[in-house]
Amino acid sequence: MKNSEIVKISGLVKKFPMAGGFFTALDKIDLTFGEGEFAGFVGPSGSGKTTMLNIIGSLDTPSEGNAIVLDNDINQLSSHKAALLRRKHLGFIFQTYNLLPVYTVFENVEFPLLLLRMSASQRKKAVLDALEWVGLSDKVKSRPAQLSGGECQRVAIARAMVKKPLLVLADEPTANLDSDNSHHILKTMEKLNKDLLTTFIFATHDDKVIRYLRRKISLRDGKVTADEIVKN
Amino acid sequence: MIRFLFKGLLRDRNRSLLPVLVVTVGVALTVLAHCYITGILRDSIEFTARYSSGHVKIMTRAYAENSDQVPNDLALLGVDELISNVQDDFPDMEFVQRINFGGLLDSPDKYGETKKQGIVSGIAVDLISENTKETERLNLAGALRKGRFPEKPDEVLLSDEFAEKLEVNPGDPVTLISSTMYGGMAVQNFVLAGTIEFGVEFMDRSGMIADITGIQNALDMQDACGEILGFLDNPRYNDEMAMQVEQTFNNKYADPDDQFSPVMSRLKNESLLSGFFEMVDMFSGIIIFVFILAMSIVLWNSGLIGGLRRYGEIGLRLAIGEEKGHIYRSMIGEAVLIGIVGSTIGTLIGLGFSYWLQEAGLDIGGIMKNSKMMMPSVFRANITPPAYYLGFIPGLFSVVLGTMLAGIGIYRRKTASLFKELET
Ligand SMILES: Nc1ncnc2c1ncn2[C@@H]1O[C@H](COP(=O)(O)OP(=O)(O)OP(=O)(O)O)[C@@H](O)[C@H]1O
Ligand SMILES: [Mg+2]
Repeated sequence: MKNSEIVKISGLVKKFPMAGGFFTALDKIDLTFGEGEFAGFVGPSGSGKTTMLNIIGSLDTPSEGNAIVLDNDINQLSSHKAALLRRKHLGFIFQTYNLLPVYTVFENVEFPLLLLRMSASQRKKAVLDALEWVGLSDKVKSRPAQLSGGECQRVAIARAMVKKPLLVLADEPTANLDSDNSHHILKTMEKLNKDLLTTFIFATHDDKVIRYLRRKISLRDGKVTADEIVKN
Repeated sequence: MIRFLFKGLLRDRNRSLLPVLVVTVGVALTVLAHCYITGILRDSIEFTARYSSGHVKIMTRAYAENSDQVPNDLALLGVDELISNVQDDFPDMEFVQRINFGGLLDSPDKYGETKKQGIVSGIAVDLISENTKETERLNLAGALRKGRFPEKPDEVLLSDEFAEKLEVNPGDPVTLISSTMYGGMAVQNFVLAGTIEFGVEFMDRSGMIADITGIQNALDMQDACGEILGFLDNPRYNDEMAMQVEQTFNNKYADPDDQFSPVMSRLKNESLLSGFFEMVDMFSGIIIFVFILAMSIVLWNSGLIGGLRRYGEIGLRLAIGEEKGHIYRSMIGEAVLIGIVGSTIGTLIGLGFSYWLQEAGLDIGGIMKNSKMMMPSVFRANITPPAYYLGFIPGLFSVVLGTMLAGIGIYRRKTASLFKELET
């Protein structure tokens, strides 16, 4: 693996079939992301942010051009290989947390590790570490229904981080949170980004998120209109 | 992973308790229905045995060939000796004489002229001798409507309806006009002792029960009878034992060249019944099929609902890198588990009820005003070995089928829309 290059996108086009032709959601995009970035796609609704994350996350494939994620060409990935890539190296954070209601906080965070052939004691340590990162060590045994929205999203972050993925994709992670909770969450992610060198890529139109980004990629109608380093 | 999913299964009652209940109920009903049907079959067999065929039946070869015509001219001769011989050969069995006969029955007025007349179909059995079990065997006690049992060879029972038609009451004379064994005309006076209700239309229209010695006198059949019925020790028909008896007897007594030599046939050879045996198998098959179908639809639906409720879970599992096939298989695994648990409980419950129905019986005698001779008033179930495993077929099959149908959605699911789905 080229050490610093995590994602390399070149000439990427994504078209969706539409009545009477195609709709171009992403149009000839070239981008690279290096290790440890804290970047985000920003743009109005329908600009292609989620489509972009989908392709990087191996959940969808490009129509033209290619996307290389951690040395895997997304175009050529079998569904088995794509599952392996997600399992080992990618973490996802969704707008609606998607915690499993019948499991405790601990179990929800443990879930991704079950696919990774780790011993129970290794898993336990990893889960407790992850819950400590997000400040929920005291809620280990709670059920999601007993948590606030902000706490739920922190559990979701712990679940995405617990296997220490190389890349975390977060689509509108603060959409359901008030501003206090949003800041808390973003601080948590910022800290994890620094401590673990995990690369974060967001999709958002929330100003609170945008303020934290170190690289802001503006999308409009499927095209990159600006790609700026905001701060270091 | 498996333990993790199992934990979820236990905690989510909609996923575990509900389907287990559905399977349990369905399986219990399947088992019960099966036992009930085999119970009815067994009762019918027993009934046929007691009433007309015995567990084994001895006739002359010629009589057997024309037995539907009740050819008393082809009856067995030297019956007393034959019976005492076979009684020695099969000491555990009981052999009884029967004569089926037909003719006209005449009720005379006080001048001896015909008042009313009707076609009669009768059975002659041993009603009078001291140790006879025939009255009990034919359930005569419960079926008696008027009068009493015959105490002398010339006393008879008529169906209640027939007696009314002939305008006779207990104590009145009736005249049987039939033919003797040798083809001559037989006219014999009897006294009506009592009336009974057969519970079968044909017999209620024209049925008569007479004592065997009375009929032997009337039809000139001394030491002769149409049929000898043999009963095994146990009222339950045992085809293997009956077959052994049949073979032993036929080897010893049957002479293929002699039209009048006795031959034995066992109950299962009765053409009506052998069809019955197959019918029961078919019914059980239909019941199982119907339950599989009905339960599959119910479970498919609850699987779909469960699938909807688990949409998030499945989406998440796809997102964290679990493969579709693995998710699908784990759901099938859950289904098998639910099927086994539900089937086991259901089988136990079904067997419990069946056992109760087998031992205590469902007595509909209380619901019906009077018991009838040819209608069993107690329905009993019968537990046969298939009842122990039969329920597992629909139990397992339907959950697995239901889950497989519901699970097709997993394969249809596009990972491309995961972010979207999990966000709305
Ligand atoms: N599966 C699909 N089929 C057809 N069109 C699609 C599909 N997915 C996305 N699109 C279209 O592509 C465009 C970009 O969609 P995308 O979801 O990437 O937007 P977005 O920037 O994430 O918007 P939002 O901020 O509302 O989430 C939209 O016009 C959308 O209608
Ligand atoms: Mg979006």
